[in-house]
This record gives sequence, structure tokens and C-alpha cells, in this order.
Amino acid sequence: MRAKLWIPLAVFAAIVALLGVGLTMDPERVPSPLIGKPVPDFQLPTVGDPERTVGPADFKGRVFLLNVWASWCISCRHEHPVLVQAARNHDLTIVGLDYKDKRADALDWLEQRGDPYVVSAFDAKGKTGIDLGVYGVPETFVVDADGIIRHKFIGALSRDKLRQEVLPLVKKLRGSS
Amino acid sequence: MSRLRRWTLAALLGLAAVSVGAVAGPPVADQPEGLRQFDSKAQEQRYWDLLGQLRCLVCQNESLAASQADLAEDLRDEVYTQMVDKGKDNEAIIDYLVDRYGQFVLYQPPFEPLTYLLWTGPFLLLIIGFTVLAVVVRQRRRAAADDGLSDDERARVAELLETESDKDKGA
Repeated sequence: MRAKLWIPLAVFAAIVALLGVGLTMDPERVPSPLIGKPVPDFQLPTVGDPERTVGPADFKGRVFLLNVWASWCISCRHEHPVLVQAARNHDLTIVGLDYKDKRADALDWLEQRGDPYVVSAFDAKGKTGIDLGVYGVPETFVVDADGIIRHKFIGALSRDKLRQEVLPLVKKLRGSS
Repeated sequence: MSRLRRWTLAALLGLAAVSVGAVAGPPVADQPEGLRQFDSKAQEQRYWDLLGQLRCLVCQNESLAASQADLAEDLRDEVYTQMVDKGKDNEAIIDYLVDRYGQFVLYQPPFEPLTYLLWTGPFLLLIIGFTVLAVVVRQRRRAAADDGLSDDERARVAELLETESDKDKGA
């Protein structure tokens, strides 16, 4: 009889736990189906030089970050200094994908705020963005030396996130290849 | 007074214009969406039905058919191109989107190991609820039937009740 009294409490506790876990999850962070798969191939002109093209194959053998950005993107303004600093202070290869931007605006942006990218691909129509499943700029993919996407960060990278998550992951991926 | 009001309105409108400008997205697609041509009415219907089943990832409670988000526009373009220009069927288009955005784009996820609980959960809860209800009702009924009296006592109760109701009749 005593045990019976505890049943509703146990059920209640289970529901609270379930809802509690639910609350800590951010519905805007949709897991990418591309994790563990090769970066979708693309050949795009670079932001700096429309004659030159760039694609993920150019970085084979290197662990790199593929950062999707745009000059019209507000959060990118917060993220950009973090990337600039990261490129300067750490041994990081950051490849940019300028998403649905205007070339002149993008060039202004890089000139005024600094350019942390080894190169930025210019995805004027956002087609490569769709192939990458981009839905909220900025997004950052961590790609290993074999060209496999290992992780995707959605939203602006902060200094803390860079230090606590991105750099250790890059280090780990470099060690394993 | 009305002058002040006019100024306030102008200021508000100005503010609204500035804030709209600040959040303005990237340039829109080349062809206005209203000008899309379909091969048939049925195809147009299929197009909108399909878009209605797909979630816009930017504003997650809206379908691709309803959303005004920039990405939704691009994806509508993509669905249109694949359906009308390339003649792909719904399944191929859904696969295309799921490959890129995951099953989250589907308002109706498939029935597979990961989603068994999702699909069957409500029915399981219903069954559990009815079971608990049945058990409780049966217990109550048994408790009500068992009043803890002996046969003698019960006879006495009947007798008392009878005299009581006789009195009522007499009154």
C-alpha cells in the first residue's frame, strides 16, 4: 500500500526529468545529416578574384574550418573578430563561404574587419549553401584531412566555444590523421 | 496636438524603416515567385501539397509553402526546378531535402527505429491510461460492495431503513 503512494510521485518525477531535458535542448540547433559524410563538392569563384575558383578538394589533407558568412549577417559581426583572432593566434585553416552576398559588400567587410580566411568562396545564389544544409548564417563546419565533415556549429562562435570546443576538436582530428 | 501626433507618427515610421533596413536579407531570387508556370493544374497542386509537408528551418512552425523566409524562397525555387524542369517525383525531392537538412524538414517523419516511440507513444500512453482507469474503477467497485458488515448487521440496517421510510410515508 505504501509503495502505491509513491507511484504518482515517480511518474511525476519522470515527466519533470523528461521535460527538463527537453528544456535544455535548443530546437534551433538541428543536427546535420552531413556529419560523417564528405563535404559536398563545389567549385565556386573566390570573393577576391572571380577568375579563380576554389573547392573543398583544394584542402584535402588538411583539417579546416568551413565558415559560412555574409556581410548582411548580423551575428557574423560578433563572430568575425573571434575568427580574426583565432586565425592570428592559432594554427587554423579557415575557409570562408560567402553566402548570398554582394561581392563589393563582402570585399568591404573583409577590408574593414580583417580577413581570417585563407580564401572565401563566393556563393552568390546560395546553391552551395543548400547543399551544405545551411539555414542560419553563420555556420561552421569542421572538416578533417579526408574531407569528412566531423562537426557543425550553428550560430556565431564565441571565444569560449572556440577555446573549449573548436580548438580541441581540430587538435584531435589532426592527431588522428 | 495633432501636430505632435503627426511628428510622433513620422518618427515611428522612420524608425520602422530603419529597422526594416537593418534586418533586410540578401537579394531575392531572379524570377518573382508569382510568375511560376506549371504544366498543369494538377502539378501546381502537387507542388503546393509537397511544400505544405515540408518545414522551413528558419521559422520552424511554418511550412515551406507558408514561410516568407529567404531560405524558404530558395527552397521553393529548388523544389520548383526539380519538379517542373527536371520532372522529379515527390520522393526524389524529399530525399534531396532530407539529405541536406535531415528529417527535421519533414512534418511527418517516417516510421523507423528512431521514431517508433514518437509514433506509438501517444497510443501507449492511452493504453496505460485506460489500464489504470480500469484497475481503479474495479477497486472502487469492490470497496463499495464490501461494506464490512455481517449478515445480522445488514438485516438490522434493512429493518431500520424500512421503518424510517414507513415513517416518511406516514408524515
